[in-house]
Amino acid sequence: MSILQRSLVLFAGLFLLFAGVGFVLGTANISLLLVQSFAYALIALGLNIQWGYGGLFNFGIMGMMMLGGAAVTFISYPVNPEFWGSDGPLMLGKALLALLAGFALIWAVRRSDRIGIRGGWKTALTVLAWIVAYFVYRSQIDPAAAYIESIGSGWVGGLGLHPVLGWLFGGVLAAGVAYLVGRICLGLRTDYLAIATIGISEIIRALLKNMDWLTRGTLTVTPISWPVPLPQDFQATGTSIADSFVIARLGFLAIVILFVVVAFYLVQRAYGGPWGRMMRAIRDNYIAAGSMGKNVTRRQLEIFILGSVLMGIGGAMLVSFQQIYDPGSYQPINHTFLIWVMVIVGGAGNNWGAVFGALLIYLTWMISDPVSQFLFNGLSHWTSQAGWGEIPDIQSRASQMRVFVLGVVITIALRYAPRGLIPEMVKRNG
Amino acid sequence: MNELIFFFNNVIVAGIVLGSIYAVGAVGVTLVFGILRFAHFAHGDMMTMGGFIAFLLMLGFQAMGISVPFLPTGFVVLPIAMVLTAIVALGLDKGFYAPLRARGAKPVTLLIASIGVTLMVQGLIRLVFGSGTWSFFETEQKQLIRIPVPLEGVTRTINFTQPQLLMVISTAIAVIALNLFLTRSRLGKAMRAMADNAALAQVSGINVKLVVRVTWIIAGGLAAMAGVMLALDVNLKPDLAFNIVLPIFAAAIVGGLGKPFGAIAGGFLIGFAETAAIFNWTVLLKPLAGVLPFDVPATLAIVPTEYKLTVAFVILVVVLLWRPTGIFKGASS
Repeated sequence: MSILQRSLVLFAGLFLLFAGVGFVLGTANISLLLVQSFAYALIALGLNIQWGYGGLFNFGIMGMMMLGGAAVTFISYPVNPEFWGSDGPLMLGKALLALLAGFALIWAVRRSDRIGIRGGWKTALTVLAWIVAYFVYRSQIDPAAAYIESIGSGWVGGLGLHPVLGWLFGGVLAAGVAYLVGRICLGLRTDYLAIATIGISEIIRALLKNMDWLTRGTLTVTPISWPVPLPQDFQATGTSIADSFVIARLGFLAIVILFVVVAFYLVQRAYGGPWGRMMRAIRDNYIAAGSMGKNVTRRQLEIFILGSVLMGIGGAMLVSFQQIYDPGSYQPINHTFLIWVMVIVGGAGNNWGAVFGALLIYLTWMISDPVSQFLFNGLSHWTSQAGWGEIPDIQSRASQMRVFVLGVVITIALRYAPRGLIPEMVKRNG
Repeated sequence: MNELIFFFNNVIVAGIVLGSIYAVGAVGVTLVFGILRFAHFAHGDMMTMGGFIAFLLMLGFQAMGISVPFLPTGFVVLPIAMVLTAIVALGLDKGFYAPLRARGAKPVTLLIASIGVTLMVQGLIRLVFGSGTWSFFETEQKQLIRIPVPLEGVTRTINFTQPQLLMVISTAIAVIALNLFLTRSRLGKAMRAMADNAALAQVSGINVKLVVRVTWIIAGGLAAMAGVMLALDVNLKPDLAFNIVLPIFAAAIVGGLGKPFGAIAGGFLIGFAETAAIFNWTVLLKPLAGVLPFDVPATLAIVPTEYKLTVAFVILVVVLLWRPTGIFKGASS
């Protein structure tokens, strides 16, 4: 069976699976699952170009998704007049100036060899400059943060713009951070890169979680607006509650699918083009690619940024859809590792595989909770009849099952389908 | 003087304790990397598992009424927990990593496989123990040791808990034993040879399978030790080690992957850096307030407490930029 036939069969099976789950859980639930799984498909495409095309080990997906979420919150949340009417903007401006002054100082010290400061002295001066810059910035940002947190709702609020702009800004923000991360980390190989990126995503998480003045931290921001009418808007015009959810979510789904289709078309075209071939050459043998005159680090930086843009947009979509931004809810398992499982199971290097993996794994991840709950209830019924008593805390235990299921899925995939269910098709000419 | 004692308690003692945990964890990570050439992400969950095995053993011991005077039961069962976790580590290798190695999979595949193992072990632990918090000191008391300082005008005492003392002593013993094993025994030398050059070690007749097995036994035992130490110091939670596995990796990389002594140094470096970064330096500067040219602010910590874990990553990033293979030149995969 060729890969084409196989993927047709797999996608047909996936369609039947979604239809079956939809039949059991109801249309409203399956429309929710579809929106989220297509947003994850966009993120999986992002990882697929980083890992599948370029062979980059990015474990910092969670950080990019959080940045996207913060971006859409900032752009689309209504303006907070209390903040703009206070001294807050001025103090933040001062903090920004302090930051820029700090960078100017570091830049100046880095060039101090021009006036004859070299070797150990220069290193010592650089370290000193970093320390001074850090404390100058802290001396401005700390009072500003404390002041903003003390007035009104305690944060800067948003800009009140359209959410789709927020999604795009999420992509831009992720690209900016990815540029910095890439400049720092991309010289590293595999394991080092994995741990460096995971570390940076943890730093991003700590910052967004604790910068209450910017993101409200664990207090969470809600409601974040939709680009399409909300269920409540449909209810106002007389649609029944059940129908209103389905219609509104299908509207959202249409926009998400539009983004996925555009991204898919672009990355698929790029794969076949000279750029994609060069990327695969770098992935398969970066030394040879380098000796053919390709700037390996530069190209890897490029693909790292492009992938992160898709992750940022996808993360922003998810936050927009759930209408709540809670930096405390992000976990490496639910975000970074889940997406890795999607790409590995689907087939790294093949965009159809990545989308298939995203839809399949997200469905598995979401339904393993109710399924294990059902199984546990049955088991508990059986044990209580056998006289051993009921299983305690079924609810919380069953919800942990999905972590286990995810682990089993990736282990089986690595063992029996190491290249994924829809593997990369390597064309050989002549 | 009181301020100095406060500094000693909060930075030196806390740093030694945290550093021991990081060091013991990082040695296991670095040994697995040295021999098998992949970053073993499931190490944190082996630590958690070791902690829970010790917890179950402690419950068993208490149910049978076995107790040792002066020592917490959780510490008494440590050797058994280490052996059991080492056996589980061997089983994990046999079940999940050995088949992939036999197929000639790349180290990256093994890394991803170790994430699968992480998820499975974590799922199982949560399934059995729920997501609550457990303590080794429900029935026993955690003894606090106070050492008065024989100086005039000093009212503060040097404080630490008995488990902390025990764990620092056992870390020292483990480090010395490991040093002797790696430098004196035939098997330890074989391990170092394999870490340096696997192909050369194989052709010179070193039993590779045995070395791999010994590596897992040491890694499993040390993981259990680190997990139990952490659980004795704070609490036992299913995601106990998941938060700490990243600083441990940072420690291993800072020390140079594949270098056991580098990992120990890296562990202590990161432990001290974390405690020093969140220490409120105003306490030390206040007595000098008249001498210093600037006003001493009310709190002067290098980073706020909630950013404690990020210190490890900042150090990691700086070290990677400045010396990409760690302070003691480590291996690259």
